[in-house]
Amino acid sequence: MKLFLRLLFRNRLAGFGAVVLGAIVVLAVLTPVLPLHAPNETNTANRFLRPFAEGHLLGTDHLGRDLLSRLMWGTRLSLAVGFAAALVAGLAGAAIGVIAGYFGGRTDNVTMRGVDMLMAFPYILLALAIVAVLGPGLLNALIAVAVVNIPFFARNIRGITVGIAHREFIDAARLAGMGHTRILLTEVVPNVVPVVVIAMSTTIGWMILETAGLSFLGLGSQPPQADLGSMLGEARSALITAPHTSIVPGVMILLIVMSVNLLGDGIRDALDPRLRSGALARPMAATRVERKTVPAPEGEGLLRIDGLETQFHIGARVYKAVNKVSLDLKPGECLGLIGESGSGKSVTALSVMGLVASPPGVITGGAVRLNGQDLIGAPYEVLRALRGRKVAYIFQDPLSTLHPLYRIGDQLIEAIRVHEPVSRAQAHERAIKLLEDVRIPNARARARAFPHELSGGMRQRVGIAMAMANDPDIIIADEPTTALDVTVQAQILALLDDLRRSRGLAILFITHDFGVVGQLCDRVAVMYGGRIVETGPTAEVLEAPAHPYTRRLIACVPELGGGRRVLAAIPGLPPAVDDLPQGCAFAPRCDKAQDACRKGEIALTGAARQVRCLYPEVAP
Amino acid sequence: MTLALKTTDLARTFDIGKRLFGPPRAQVHAVHPVSLDVQQGETLGIVGESGCGKSTLARMLVGLLPPTSGSIEIEGRALDRADPAAFGRLIQYVFQDPVSSLNPRKTIRQIMEAPLRQLHGLKGRALDDRIAELFDAVNLRPEFLSRYPHEFSGGQAQRIGIARALAASPRILILDEPVSALDVSVQAQVLNLLADLKSRLGLTYLFISHDLAVVEAVSDRIAVLYFGSVVETGPAESLFAAPRHPYTKLLAESAPVVGRPLGGAQSGELPDPLNPPPGCAFAGRCPRASDLCRSEVPHLRAVEGDQFAACHHPITD
Repeated sequence: MKLFLRLLFRNRLAGFGAVVLGAIVVLAVLTPVLPLHAPNETNTANRFLRPFAEGHLLGTDHLGRDLLSRLMWGTRLSLAVGFAAALVAGLAGAAIGVIAGYFGGRTDNVTMRGVDMLMAFPYILLALAIVAVLGPGLLNALIAVAVVNIPFFARNIRGITVGIAHREFIDAARLAGMGHTRILLTEVVPNVVPVVVIAMSTTIGWMILETAGLSFLGLGSQPPQADLGSMLGEARSALITAPHTSIVPGVMILLIVMSVNLLGDGIRDALDPRLRSGALARPMAATRVERKTVPAPEGEGLLRIDGLETQFHIGARVYKAVNKVSLDLKPGECLGLIGESGSGKSVTALSVMGLVASPPGVITGGAVRLNGQDLIGAPYEVLRALRGRKVAYIFQDPLSTLHPLYRIGDQLIEAIRVHEPVSRAQAHERAIKLLEDVRIPNARARARAFPHELSGGMRQRVGIAMAMANDPDIIIADEPTTALDVTVQAQILALLDDLRRSRGLAILFITHDFGVVGQLCDRVAVMYGGRIVETGPTAEVLEAPAHPYTRRLIACVPELGGGRRVLAAIPGLPPAVDDLPQGCAFAPRCDKAQDACRKGEIALTGAARQVRCLYPEVAP
Repeated sequence: MTLALKTTDLARTFDIGKRLFGPPRAQVHAVHPVSLDVQQGETLGIVGESGCGKSTLARMLVGLLPPTSGSIEIEGRALDRADPAAFGRLIQYVFQDPVSSLNPRKTIRQIMEAPLRQLHGLKGRALDDRIAELFDAVNLRPEFLSRYPHEFSGGQAQRIGIARALAASPRILILDEPVSALDVSVQAQVLNLLADLKSRLGLTYLFISHDLAVVEAVSDRIAVLYFGSVVETGPAESLFAAPRHPYTKLLAESAPVVGRPLGGAQSGELPDPLNPPPGCAFAGRCPRASDLCRSEVPHLRAVEGDQFAACHHPITD
């Protein structure tokens, strides 16, 4: 709740709206006890008094009634009707939406078509029709406004419910023996409530406006009862001679609706988890860099990462995702970077081209050199020219990296033309050639396909073709086969291996699978808790792992052909990188840990074969 | 040995392009008639690639999806209606994604209470005792009960999912990719926990996974699914070591194994489910396919010992 308020007031406009609306609501609630004239007390002798007249702060209307008093009572009524209408529409709409979305099929079809019919009428016509049937009156205007707004809530909530109804926890509830009513009330509704609240907060303003509109037409509140709409309606005839009688209620409607809308938007932003971090609203084009010193290059290499440190600053917490990582990649070499989730392997890869989202990501140290040129802190234009041209990425899920609305051929053409000034026709031929290179059968026809029309394996081939589009020197592949089936994985790995050998590509291959590393990579680096704990030639590391973590991680993974067996598990969990222990991060889970492992900084020692351990399994 | 689970010609068809009246535009056979026997205390592994129908099969077995035809028998009792509550006491399900299988707006205690109250009518002291016992069984600390699902790591959330499934005191657990969302070091912990629970509580498992090595490590017997049909069944020790169906052989050869050279895996994809081939679904990718394969659907038959394959030209040594 505190967090919610803090987020809400971080948005200044929403804070302003909250203050204005709060003041109006307090005044409206206090109206009966304020020393005001009676709102319906007529005094035709004093009609159309100007504002600031004695005894009448805002003047009087055509019957000499005190405008301030009428304004306060009218605001009270309009607010009450607006909130009530929103509540009725929200509850009724949510009930329809939840039922239609949960049961689906025919129930859904019938109810939603009914709602569609309601929506097909212009809203004011529908409201007028309802009032015409029920007769004029504030309560009937309320009903009309509520009914008119039900479709908006029903459709909104139905969409959310359809998503929830197919979630696994609903299946779990059914398996736990719950009936439909209980599932709806205890499983679905609690997940829908925030959406209803958000939708209501953004529509109350609209409903107040609609009620005022009906009252303005004389269909809402009946004289002498004041509400903002009827005040405007009565003042209409004197618009020129006594403009203040229109301006006063008009300004109040403006204030209410504006503050409600500003507050509503603020509530929506504060409750939406994606917008909450603020990262989505203002991402930077390249990761923020805050480094004090630039380490000297430690050697040669096409790509050299020296002492890279990438952190995430979220509030007061600092997550050291990548902690002094050094790697190097030679031309034509494949380096495997292996680790569990949260070990920092993906952040390392994204840091290379400044692709870590900022905020919250910050590169706080180290250097990444491509052919000797430091990329950390390089101007955005330089990074942009190199991204895709020299260093290309392949990601885990090609469905989320390919644009769903463009044909794959067009996406490839765009990738080519970003870096090379070729004609569209030439780029098209190149795109077909690329698709053929990644062995997509019938490439010319497939270029016209949309991403969703391809299977997972085919999409990943397109992802690879996209990475190859500008003939890069380095490909960084982040778990490119994790989402694929084994037979498809084997095809993709064979393809990558082929491309590497035929074009002299260097590959940084990120994975959690030792089997894949063993088949594809020349060298391997193992990460744990944001640091490299072991590195060396793949065959040597896999055959005789030096770090206890590597040894036990390999032992965890069953290998095909071993038959039924008990697996060797590592107890405990990987450490959180915002609270790393002193010394070796693996010490709390390690059976060989000594006191010395739990203090100080443990260095990575060795030459071709390096290990960060005081008591390694084998001498490096 | 008694039979824990028996399915007879269990099949499921999905209608594509439903119309308000009249027949649908097309039908997809997600699961072709499948007959499986699972012995009491056995672990049957089910492997297959995405789209092979393994999740549809699993959902039918727990009553979340009514079968189009065929029958399910659990410990000799027929269960035909799709009523998860009736199935719930006999057979339970552990979901693939541990976090999304827990309602984010409920505490762990509320999640654990649901099956105990609904299926077994427990209340008060008995309820608390049973929850404590279940949490102890899956090595979770009792203070977790007042927390919400997002506070847990994948491994812990999966233990909660297992505890919830066990709360129904089922005889059979369907484990649908229970470890594929977990890190390898945590994966082994959960697999070992499952093995331990099975021997302590005398459970029967159906273990569904796409990870051949994991299935081989935990199963007694394995069934391989391809395009909605069982193409091979056999003991875990021999199935991947000496596959009889060419598809099983392809799977075994595709699994990444340290030291085995890359390549050799031929391309090819699943047939179009809207327009399935007349004969064997694998014929288009199979090096041994003959004209017979392209015209006639092969049926499961014994090839050697306990190993059954649905192939006209099974691999024999």
